[in-house]
This record gives sequence, structure tokens and C-alpha cells, in this order.
Amino acid sequence: MKLRQLPLKNLLRRPGRTAALVLLTAFLALSVFCGSVVVRSLQSGLDSLEARLGADIIVMPATAESKVSFKNMLLQGTTGAFYMDASVLEKVREVEGVAIAAPQTFLASLKADCCAVKVQVIGMDPATDFTVKPWIDRSTSRALEEMDVAVGCDVTADVGEDLRIYGLNTHVVAKLAETGTGLDTAVYCTLDTMKRLLAAAEEKGVGHKITSDTSDMISAVYVKVAEGYDVDAVNNALNGHVRKVTAVRARSMFTDVSDSLTGISQTVALLIGAVWVLAFVILLIAFAMMVNERRREFAVLRLLGASRRGLSRLMLAESALCSLAGGMIGVGVAALAVFPFATLIETRLGLPYLTPPAREILAMAAGTMLATLLVGALASAWSAWRLSRTDVGIALREGV
Amino acid sequence: MILKAENLSKRYMRKTGQANYFHAVKGVSLGLRRGELTVLMGRSGSGKTTLLHMLSGLLTPSEGVVRLGDADLYSMDDEALSRLRNKKIGVVPQGRSAIDSLTVLENVLLPGTMYGSGDEKEALRWLDALEIAHLAGARPAELSGGELRRMALARALARKPAVLLADEPTGDLDDVSTERVLTALKDVTRNSGTAVLIVSHDTEATRYADVLYRMDGGMLKEESLICRADA
Repeated sequence: MKLRQLPLKNLLRRPGRTAALVLLTAFLALSVFCGSVVVRSLQSGLDSLEARLGADIIVMPATAESKVSFKNMLLQGTTGAFYMDASVLEKVREVEGVAIAAPQTFLASLKADCCAVKVQVIGMDPATDFTVKPWIDRSTSRALEEMDVAVGCDVTADVGEDLRIYGLNTHVVAKLAETGTGLDTAVYCTLDTMKRLLAAAEEKGVGHKITSDTSDMISAVYVKVAEGYDVDAVNNALNGHVRKVTAVRARSMFTDVSDSLTGISQTVALLIGAVWVLAFVILLIAFAMMVNERRREFAVLRLLGASRRGLSRLMLAESALCSLAGGMIGVGVAALAVFPFATLIETRLGLPYLTPPAREILAMAAGTMLATLLVGALASAWSAWRLSRTDVGIALREGV
Repeated sequence: MILKAENLSKRYMRKTGQANYFHAVKGVSLGLRRGELTVLMGRSGSGKTTLLHMLSGLLTPSEGVVRLGDADLYSMDDEALSRLRNKKIGVVPQGRSAIDSLTVLENVLLPGTMYGSGDEKEALRWLDALEIAHLAGARPAELSGGELRRMALARALARKPAVLLADEPTGDLDDVSTERVLTALKDVTRNSGTAVLIVSHDTEATRYADVLYRMDGGMLKEESLICRADA
């Protein structure tokens, strides 16, 4: 028999009370871990979206928002298209403060015989693009050639397969990393490929309302502002100098997303705080009751030679074992709830949601365990202190 | 003298609304010698158990000193006193003192594991001597009051203490078990040189006493020393 086995034996001796303590700490761990993962995933999603866009300003046709919400395209993968004359690109480049201007052309495929999947097709110019190109380069060393496409991670096509869009077979050469946004369901190609796809769409009679030559159409221009220039000033200049377009700051498109994220983070933090306080108070009462119930037992331990510190250690060890078991169960259950249902959470929240990398999740799990241990230790510390001050003589006379 | 108490007092304040002290023990001086069995008799509430707790280092006296060998128990810090109690003082308290989560053998081994490892052979020897070896693997809840008392005694004796303080060690026992326990204590006193103090109501214990004290109203008067073997 080893003395270090005593806390575990004590806990196993009273399975009902132990189970209640473990469940309580499990609930605490579950709420902390779930909340942390969801908030971090939302933050990652937003960061990823901003990184993927990479632009300071986005220039779109003035009528674009009446056709499709650009934000919904980005966040939820809503398909849609709007067009403006390609000459806008040159006008944008002429504006002072514009360092890089990269065009993109959009096309929505259909859920019909002509198309394998209903996705947003985005054509970009590999020579100037600074938003999608770096992500494609990370996935493949091969440059996109005509009829090559790179697909978002949620598109049901793998590298090497063909993807039929408006009756044309495109070749998947890269699958991009997850962003947790609508961009994960998009297909990327060069502007040359896009011209062929637009023509094919025209042939199929899809009403994209393309009134002029498809080779002269673009949907948006992504602008990188030169160093030393104020983004707002450049944005205003674009709106002033280029007609029939709307220039918006990329960040402003996500202001409400960011606000929602802040709101959700605050709510989650508040809930976690409330659960913490509740768990702490309940654990405090539970440990205090346990000490009262076991006063004689602890007095006997003192009589046998246990020091005050030794008794406190015993008490803290019992609390640590409960917290450890509860923490592991809580984190485990939370993991089962939060990871398989990530897509559902994303859909319900309507916000970019990107599960953080494994090492970050492990760090959050470790932090949750630490927090659970801490609340258990704090709750039992008072009882341990009270216990160490108990008059052994009086405790031994009780219940004789 | 292995254990010596000088002018030991314990006062408690009664909650009567005004300062009103009650002396549980008042000005007691006594000594326990190696190889001597001392019996302390007295009515309920006479202060016997309070005195025993002070002698075992569990209850700080209001006044007076308790020395075990050269060590003044109440000038030591808690860690040192607890370690000393574990190694040198065996205490058998009144009533139940088993740790319910442990088996009988584990209970007997427990004091030894606190600052080292328990001596299982010695533990089994004492369980056997007190005729409860067959209960070594049983839980305390499965034992009778008498068996629990013997288990507590085995637990104290297995540490080979210099001083053994037993509070009503025959309280729950029948005549046969009482005789067995008292004989065991007498044997320990003689064979191991342990100083034994038994606090008891049981007049049977007086038959085994080398020294007999009587306590009344918290006081142990000179005239209460009824006999001393070498006196």
C-alpha cells in the first residue's frame, strides 16, 4: 500500500459523490473547451478570409450589390456574377496610390447536366493576381494553363480529375487549403479559361446578361495600395475617378462579420464566466460538505502522523483527480460535439469558420485542463485550509 | 521517563455570553516510563481523553509542557511533531478510527506509509496476535466494533512505538477479547519496553497496571497515585 493511492481509494469508495464532482468539472471543461474552439475557429475563419482576399480595396460594378451580395459570395459560397468593362482595370491602375490592380471574372456554374457541380468559378490573371495565386502556389508548383482549374477544399473533385463546367472539361491541378469561407466551394482558373467558359455559358443560353464581348468583361478588381498611401484616400480617389464602379475597403466588408464575432466572443466569454462561477461555488460547497462529513477520518489521519500540509495535499490530490477525470471527459465530449459538427456550426452562425490547427487545439485542451484543475484546487483550498485548522481532539470525540 | 508532562492544563471558553473558562485539565504532571503500563481511571468528563490528546501532541495545552525524551512536543513545528507522533507515539482513539476506503491490512500499514513504507510482516503479526488476521482483506464496514478496536490497536502496535496511548481500548470488547487485548498490551510493555497508558472505565484494566492514576475534575492529585510497581 502506498500513501499516494489513498486519494484514489477515497474517491472510489464514494462513487456517487465522486461521479457528481467529476460531472460538474466535466461540464466546466466542456463549456470552456467548446467556447474556446468555436471562438478561435471564427477568428481563424475571419483571419483566413482576410488573408485570402489580401486586397486593401475591391472595385466592383456600381450595380453589383443589387445582383448578388459579394459578402455572401465570400462567406457562404453563394454563386453569382456581375460584370463591367475590362477598361476599368486600366483606369484603376491610373489612380495614384494603386500599387497592384488584379482583375477577376466570376461565373456561376449550374446544378444541371452541363455542370458537374454548382460552384462559383473565378477567373484570375496569374501575372498580376496577388489574392488566389499565392494559395494555388502553395498547393502545386505547376502554373495554371488553359482549361486547368484549382478547386477549393470543399469542391467534390480531386487533383487529376476532370470537372465539367458548361459542357467543357476542365482539369483539376490543385486543391486549395481550407479557409472556412465560401471560397472553399469556388473553382479558380485563368482569365483565358474563363473566356472559354463564359462563351460556353452563352452558348448554353445561360442568362448572365453579358451584353458585350466576353473577352472584355471582368467582375472585380482587387487593389493593393502602395506603401505610404492612405487606403481611405485611395478608395475615395477610385470612387471619384472611375465611373460606374464602387470601390470598397476590403476590411469594411467584414465590419459586421467582425462585430458579430466580437458579440459571439463576448457572449461565449460571459457564459464560460457564469459556468465558472457556478462550478466554483458548487465545488466549494461540495468540498466543504465533504470535509464536514469526513472530519473524524481526517482527525484519525492526523493522529496517525499526517501533518496539516499532508492533509491539505490529500484533499488537493482528491480534487485534482476529480478535475483531471472531469477535464478529460469534458474535453472529449466537447471534441465529439464541436469537430464533427463544424459545418453545421458554420451554417448556423453564417460566419467564416475555420477549425484551428491540431497544435492549437491541443494547446486549448491543455489550457482547459489547467483551468479545470485550477478551479478544483481553488475550491478545495479553502476546505483544506479549514481542515488543517480543525481541532483534532474535538473531531475525534465527534461521532464516537 | 520517556514521556513527561509538567503542570498541564487545558481551558475552554464556554459560550455563555460572558468570559467563562472551563478547565478540562488543570495542573496535571505525570510521567510514563519504558516498560511500564499505566492505567488512568476516572469518571466521564473528568478530563482523561483531553489529557491523552495533549500527551499525544494532538491538542495544544493552555499551559504546561509535554516532553518525549528531550523533545518538547509543543515547541516543534507541525511537520516535525507529526513525524515524531508517527514514529514514536501510537494512539488508539475512542470509537471508530478506521479509514473506510482501505482494507484492514491497509489500515494497519497506513501509518508506516506516511513517511516510508509499511512493514507488512509486522502488520500481519499483530493482526494475528489480536486474532483478526483472517480479516486482513476485509473492509472496516464488515467488522464488528470489537474487531475494529483490535485493528486500531494492531495499527498502533505495528509501528513499534516508544509510547502507546490507548483511549478505552477494551470499550467494545467482550471479556475474552478484553483479556486478550490487555495481555497483548502488557506483553508489549514487557517485551518491547514500550511505555503504555490506558485510559479506561474498565476496572479489569487495573489488574494489568504497573501504575494506576485516578482523575477527577481535570486534576490528577498526588494522592490519586494509587500504586507504582517500584514505589
